[in-house]
Amino acid sequence: MSDDTQNHDDHSGSRRDFLYLSAGAFAGVGGAIALWPFVDSMNPSADVLALSSVEVDVSQVEVGQRVTVKWRGKPVFVDRRTPAAIAEAVNTPLSDLRDPETDAQRTDRPEWLVIVGVCTHLGCVPLGQKASEPRGEWGGWFCPCHGSHYDTAGRIRKGPAPLNLPVPEHAFLTDTKIKIG
Amino acid sequence: MGIVSKLRRTAAVAGFAAVAAMVSTAALAAGDTKHPEERDWHFSGIFGTVDVHSAQRGLQVYLEVCSGCHALKQVAYRNLSALGFTEGEIKAIAADFEVTAGPDSEGEMFQRPAIQSDNFVSPFPNEEAAKAANNGANPPDLSLQVKVHPDGANYIHALLTGYADAPDGVEVPDGASYNPFFRGGFIAMPQPLFEDGVEYSDGTAATVDQMATDVVNFLQWTAEPEMQQRKKMGFKVVIFMIILSALLYAGKRKLWANIDH
Amino acid sequence: MSAGNQTPVGNGLVKWIDSRLPVFSYLQKEYAEFQSPKNFNWFWNFGAILTFMLVLMMITGIFLAMQYQPNTELAFDSVERIMRDVNFGWLLRYMHANGGTFFFIAVYIHMFRGMYYGSYKNPRELLWILGVIILVLMMATAFMGYVLPWGQMSFWGATVITNLFSAIPLVGDSIVTLLWGGFSVDNATLNRFFALHYLLPFLIFGVVILHVISLHVSGSNNPLGVDPKGPQDTVSFHPYYTMKDSAGLAIFVTIFAFFVFFAPNFFGEPENYLAAQPLTTPAHIVPEWYFLPFFAILRSINFDIWFIEAKLGGVIAMFGAILVLFVLPWLDKSPVRSAKFRPVYKWFFWIFLLDCLLLGWVGGRAPDDLVFEGLALKVIHLGYLSTFWYFFHFIILLPLLGVFERPKPVPKSISESVLGGGNAGASATAKPMEKA
Repeated sequence: MSDDTQNHDDHSGSRRDFLYLSAGAFAGVGGAIALWPFVDSMNPSADVLALSSVEVDVSQVEVGQRVTVKWRGKPVFVDRRTPAAIAEAVNTPLSDLRDPETDAQRTDRPEWLVIVGVCTHLGCVPLGQKASEPRGEWGGWFCPCHGSHYDTAGRIRKGPAPLNLPVPEHAFLTDTKIKIG
Repeated sequence: MGIVSKLRRTAAVAGFAAVAAMVSTAALAAGDTKHPEERDWHFSGIFGTVDVHSAQRGLQVYLEVCSGCHALKQVAYRNLSALGFTEGEIKAIAADFEVTAGPDSEGEMFQRPAIQSDNFVSPFPNEEAAKAANNGANPPDLSLQVKVHPDGANYIHALLTGYADAPDGVEVPDGASYNPFFRGGFIAMPQPLFEDGVEYSDGTAATVDQMATDVVNFLQWTAEPEMQQRKKMGFKVVIFMIILSALLYAGKRKLWANIDH
Repeated sequence: MSAGNQTPVGNGLVKWIDSRLPVFSYLQKEYAEFQSPKNFNWFWNFGAILTFMLVLMMITGIFLAMQYQPNTELAFDSVERIMRDVNFGWLLRYMHANGGTFFFIAVYIHMFRGMYYGSYKNPRELLWILGVIILVLMMATAFMGYVLPWGQMSFWGATVITNLFSAIPLVGDSIVTLLWGGFSVDNATLNRFFALHYLLPFLIFGVVILHVISLHVSGSNNPLGVDPKGPQDTVSFHPYYTMKDSAGLAIFVTIFAFFVFFAPNFFGEPENYLAAQPLTTPAHIVPEWYFLPFFAILRSINFDIWFIEAKLGGVIAMFGAILVLFVLPWLDKSPVRSAKFRPVYKWFFWIFLLDCLLLGWVGGRAPDDLVFEGLALKVIHLGYLSTFWYFFHFIILLPLLGVFERPKPVPKSISESVLGGGNAGASATAKPMEKA
């Protein structure tokens, strides 16, 4: 065996070892930082993020009317609720609810309910947007897949779904324009 | 002149020499296509950046002069935030354009104003329509033009400012204009820029040279929106690699010090 | 690879795996302890550099493939989307495009090293052949990869090169139709080029493994071309060459980074930023720079040779230029490996290198251009000369040199040569080429 292995096993803390250590550490840090662009390229791209919020003009929506808007690939239900529907939602005792939330927690402007139309059980789109569709026993929405019933605030009342229909982040830019997301 | 621009100039000269040599039947009286002048650009060099104000003016020139014929479809209105436009300004710029959207619930396509997430609306729906409206010539999309031509920035500036009367004895065909910087000498695009053709919102005097410079700064950005981030990152990466190379080389020397080689 | 962790657990786990799949002991033997000549110069660095570049190309390629759309309607725009909207997409794209260029820079240096130092000679003939196979696979991969952005040069380069196959007698047209999957370069062609471009690098990887295994059978050549005589002539690969290769790689990557970040389009063709227009041919069609010498050879045969039409002649010459590399070990029968001791061959090596550069220059110019203003010498004339010389070098010169050259005395051993200050050994006559 040639005598070059001696250098490899030298642990006397010489300047040489520090040099190897710093070179190795430098390379390691650089390598780790170099990984980030590859990983980040898999994150949503700018054009996808641009569609992460959508502005909805609701000036044509009448009281009692429901419209469906596409947001991030999913349906969002916008419901301009009648006073009766609002009253029903407000007057529900929290103990009746599987996922207790007051109506005020779900909407800043009671007249307008904005919820994601994806059933929290296994992801079907509940019925109730069109007048001809069933609305379930609480007058909200009904999921035909496994029989979940949602009330006029989109809260789960009966059936296998565990949670209320989600409320997406939204804001009123004007009285007739809602920005979702 | 930086090494990159030197390299680019060499490539440009080679490219132009080749292009010029290919011109056989063109009636360029002087012989070869005129070589564009080397200009100082804000974006040149290792530390080059986008001249944001110039690019904003360039956008104005594009909107008011060029967008009637030239598309910019690789750019989205939302990209303009990189040039310092606010969300409100971008929405206003976009709203001037109409996009075909749909189908609606009746199955019909409809027009709606463009929004931030849309790409710049093209003046023509397809190439055939563009040619029909422009004497058979297709005005190219401008998004990448600075990169399509070797030494593109200088070339486009020279082209825009280079319109001149044809030399004696040279007949300009119908529907064309004489421009010594254009291959063949006769360009289908009529002179687009005239003194005070645009009233700049920031009050800058709109000379032809100024507008051409601003347009080029804008088009350089549309072609390479990542340029500033790229150069900034590049500086850090190259410095890092130089240090790493030095460390590894020093390590190699130390390691090999007592080996006869 | 650790020479042996001190902790029992580490050692235990390593032993458990190794007794079932001897990865660790294999790496220890073939990379840590493996004896390499101690007199490598920096040209021996390029094998490691090439391995790094192959991995880099595959990784950047896979992440690009996550975003790229191989359809003629979408391809160009999908690449622009990568450049503009995908996080660090511009970086992935520029690393991949410039990576291809630097991959070829490295492979050409690696090959010229082999030619200068006789690394293709006995017993390394198969090593060299495997290398040429890798080169051919690289060229196929690069050719197809360049089509994917679907720019003007992508389309027209693909059209010109695939059209060449129609020169083959009888079956030529059928072959071209088969390649295209249609009546011209179109969507079918693009889609299959994408599939094959994704596939071929894995084949390259496999042949690289064979190439390295073959290398380890004979051991590495060295600048003197003299076999190691014992441990005084070698060092263990680790840490000496792991360290040296790391340093060389770092320098290479520094230069690469400069181009990626500050001159990313230097090696590219501006015209490829125009989307493909099947009805408009560009003023001049050029392939990427690394194909220019072969492109020049192709275009140099613009005259019929007996019953072989010019087009077919050009195709034969172009493929011949690569095929001649396969038989290099049998063309050059000189018993001396390294050009260091072959004074006549050395000159012709440099002339050959210049000839390759000249061929590259010719390939990038239009054939009917004048070389200089005022001199009635056309580019095509230089093309004839440099093509002729290329084949003359391999087919006539090398065999003759192998027989008639009087080499300088070759040192008896590496360490003797090093101790003697680089002088040749005391032997008065040229030694016959050493067998391993």
